[in-house]
Amino acid sequence: MTSRRKFIKISLYGAGALAVGAGVYKAAALFSRPPKTGELIVDLTRTPTYCEICFWKCAGWVYKTSEGKIWKVVGNDDDQHCNGRFCPRGTGGPGMYYDEERLKTPLIRVEERGSQVFREASWDEALDYIAVKMKEIAAKYGPESMALFTHGSGSSYFSTLFRAYGSVNIAEPSYAQCRGPRDEAFLATFGEEVYSPEITDIRDTRCLVLIGSHIGENMHNGQVQEMSDAIDKGAVIITVDPRFSTAAGKSDYWLPIKPATDMALLLSWIHEIIYNEYYDREYVEKNCIGFDALKDHVRDFTPEWAYGITTIKPELIRKTAKEMANASPSVIVHPGRHVTWYGDDTQRVRAVAILNALLGSWGRRGGFYRPARYELAQIVMPAFKEPSKTWQDLFPGKYPVASTAVTNVLIDASISENNSGYPIKGWFVNATNLVLTVPDSNKTLKAIGNLDLIVAVDTMPMEITGWADVVLPECTYLERYDSLRVSPHRKPAIALRMPAAEPMYNTRPAYLIARELSKKLGLESYFPNEKQEDLLDWQLKEAGSSLEEMKKIGVRTFERDYDDIYIAEDEQVEFFTDSGKIELYSTYLEQFGFDPLPKYTPHEEPPEGFYRLIYGRAPMHTFSRTSNNPNLTDLMDENKIWVNPKVAKEWGLVSDQLIWLRNQDDVISQFPIKVRITERIRWDSVYMVHGFGHAQKQMKRCFGKGASDTQLITKVLVDPLMGGTGMRGNFVTFVTEKTGKEAAL
Amino acid sequence: MRYAMAVDTRKCVGCSDCVVACQTENNVPIGYCREWIVEVVDGTYPQLEMEIRSERCNHCANSPCVRCCPTGASHYSDGGIVLVEAGECIGCGACIASCPYDARYPHPEGYVDKCTFCIHRIKSGMKPACVEVCPTKCLYFGDLDDLNSDVTTVLKERKYKTLIPEAGTEPQLYFLI
Repeated sequence: MTSRRKFIKISLYGAGALAVGAGVYKAAALFSRPPKTGELIVDLTRTPTYCEICFWKCAGWVYKTSEGKIWKVVGNDDDQHCNGRFCPRGTGGPGMYYDEERLKTPLIRVEERGSQVFREASWDEALDYIAVKMKEIAAKYGPESMALFTHGSGSSYFSTLFRAYGSVNIAEPSYAQCRGPRDEAFLATFGEEVYSPEITDIRDTRCLVLIGSHIGENMHNGQVQEMSDAIDKGAVIITVDPRFSTAAGKSDYWLPIKPATDMALLLSWIHEIIYNEYYDREYVEKNCIGFDALKDHVRDFTPEWAYGITTIKPELIRKTAKEMANASPSVIVHPGRHVTWYGDDTQRVRAVAILNALLGSWGRRGGFYRPARYELAQIVMPAFKEPSKTWQDLFPGKYPVASTAVTNVLIDASISENNSGYPIKGWFVNATNLVLTVPDSNKTLKAIGNLDLIVAVDTMPMEITGWADVVLPECTYLERYDSLRVSPHRKPAIALRMPAAEPMYNTRPAYLIARELSKKLGLESYFPNEKQEDLLDWQLKEAGSSLEEMKKIGVRTFERDYDDIYIAEDEQVEFFTDSGKIELYSTYLEQFGFDPLPKYTPHEEPPEGFYRLIYGRAPMHTFSRTSNNPNLTDLMDENKIWVNPKVAKEWGLVSDQLIWLRNQDDVISQFPIKVRITERIRWDSVYMVHGFGHAQKQMKRCFGKGASDTQLITKVLVDPLMGGTGMRGNFVTFVTEKTGKEAAL
Repeated sequence: MRYAMAVDTRKCVGCSDCVVACQTENNVPIGYCREWIVEVVDGTYPQLEMEIRSERCNHCANSPCVRCCPTGASHYSDGGIVLVEAGECIGCGACIASCPYDARYPHPEGYVDKCTFCIHRIKSGMKPACVEVCPTKCLYFGDLDDLNSDVTTVLKERKYKTLIPEAGTEPQLYFLI
């Protein structure tokens, strides 16, 4: 890697020097409030919040001890996202606040005696530095040469700042590294996405089909709760997974599919449902177009055909198709969330959408409900200038279906030899650890080497901060206000987050960071409220509530304007597609030259001695973000590589043996990983939980614990429709001795 | 009054929320726990079965830990809840050795600690922290002498088992199967 920008180990700004600013607190007295056995806890003030440990954003209450220290966070009973029950990550939220290895003060990269180090800076200095560079970039290349990579609640403020500055190059890894193909597939089919939280009506479903979606291991709270309700009510659960996932263990049918062949299974289910006339004829005739073309298209995709590809027995394919038909329309073929697998992901999820359409589940009880969202009043601000160039001008004609900027496209355009339409010269990275989030870390690092400016905003010294010119320490969600949460759900609702404590150390909330930077860029008219709570209070009053009331209740749920959560019997539905109908045959995709009906394409198989690398989630962690949280690390502090016992025997591997993984491109994991020998994984695959193998020494609890799957994902199967990075096409083998050739970050 | 808990193994996903909720509620030090998750897998791929259990002290009616405690620190409290009086515990570890469920741990402050069924919460009409937090609602708690309690109701309706019944400790943690 040739870069003028060297990785700076964050240990250079350790705990000692915290002289900047007034907020110097000691985090050592971590859990100093034990209720002794039998002692009654009384008089606890509680503060409303909504969780930021994942995107589900459950509303809850922060409880403090009599000394005023944050003690615990529990769910708000009135919240539809969590129904009073937080998941382990939310319950472990105080660990994010108490983590003594948090970023503590702004830092600026400087040359000192020939080496690059961070020096502590005041907020004013740090923001000045950024503003000067951003103005230079705007003058030299145009403001569109600045890109924002962002995640979470701070996104809206930094997006406003970027739009005001003149750039729409605003990308979230949650799109191209995660749910993007799903959104585009459902938009193409129903004219509508499935939102977050997903509009899956699991609690009333009679049949839930999970394809590589491991609810229970992904702790998407409302869905986990509703799957449990569905189990109680006797719903049929069908799980398709090469791994015996937790959900598979709860299922009536487990289809242990050969990896990378899901499309064949989906097409054969469509075949079964059409040719056995299992589909909801009335619904399809009334609402769908392209049925005849679809019927013709799937004629040969019989269960026998699929058996040869998927290894799933024809009778099992038939039986499960019949189960879906029996439950129709109260059936959910789950769209999944992390769906960037093999590069044909939008098309695969299209097949999922088509199945749901045939079964009549869209807009039906026990299928997909229609969400409702509270529309908050918005302040009038100056119009954003129309950008002269957008992300679509970077590589014209590429990824025409993408409805938003694509992270990996912005990264590609930052590498000069890629000859993009115009260069990306500056990155503003908010709350996303790009190095462990976007596959092919080496490319990311190469791009960083070409930049004039890189800013990282985070609460923790994540790897990306080591590459930044300026590091801005954000306070945690427990220490700040944020925008009101108005995510769509069964009923419209508003949830409030307010600080339960003052920001620790010299940290600041994202709103304040964006606003102060806007002043330095002459864009303060886009942030008219000095205090965010004034804006929230105004919005709440417009909604018939107030900050005062919301402090007491946390969540306010409204009735729907109309009784329209499901499609009424006699309703004529206008879908948001070009045709106004559900498009089984997609003319929208066809106009770009893409298959209007999904096709099966074989994917590469592991070479001899290699195994497909499958990765997933653990219920107590979110991506690589929580790996240093003391509470959550206590539940799981490393990932392991799951190996089938037959494979382990062949290689002479034993449980908990530390090994390295080498991929098809000869990349060896930086850190060794322990072997978990288990029948729960197929013999042609291995599995690991994503988010481990951190290379940042300052995060002591997670440094070098387990291996990073991202590092081993060097072959990226890009979805030609929308630019999603398919990450399941990598193969690894085992290295039992240290070779000295391990990768580095 | 006889407090008991039932764990629905059909619903438990082993997320460990009970573990961390207990830790924060009861100030269990990092590195220790009063509750834990057990995963049992049977069979050969792809003929597999899995049971996931949230486990804790069984609050046995015939507790070896109470019997063997030399100071009386381990004792039965209201509703048969087995407690340790930290001030009377000398940390000898006899109870840890006697427990067939390995439910106790030596607290770094020198006494033995374990699940209390969150007696401090029960006394003010709340449920144990683990029961209240569980996203799958797989934990049922209540008084077996109350015919309408959650735990009595679910034990009437469902098949269940206890762990290591042969130890004769009369465990009060029931696993719905």
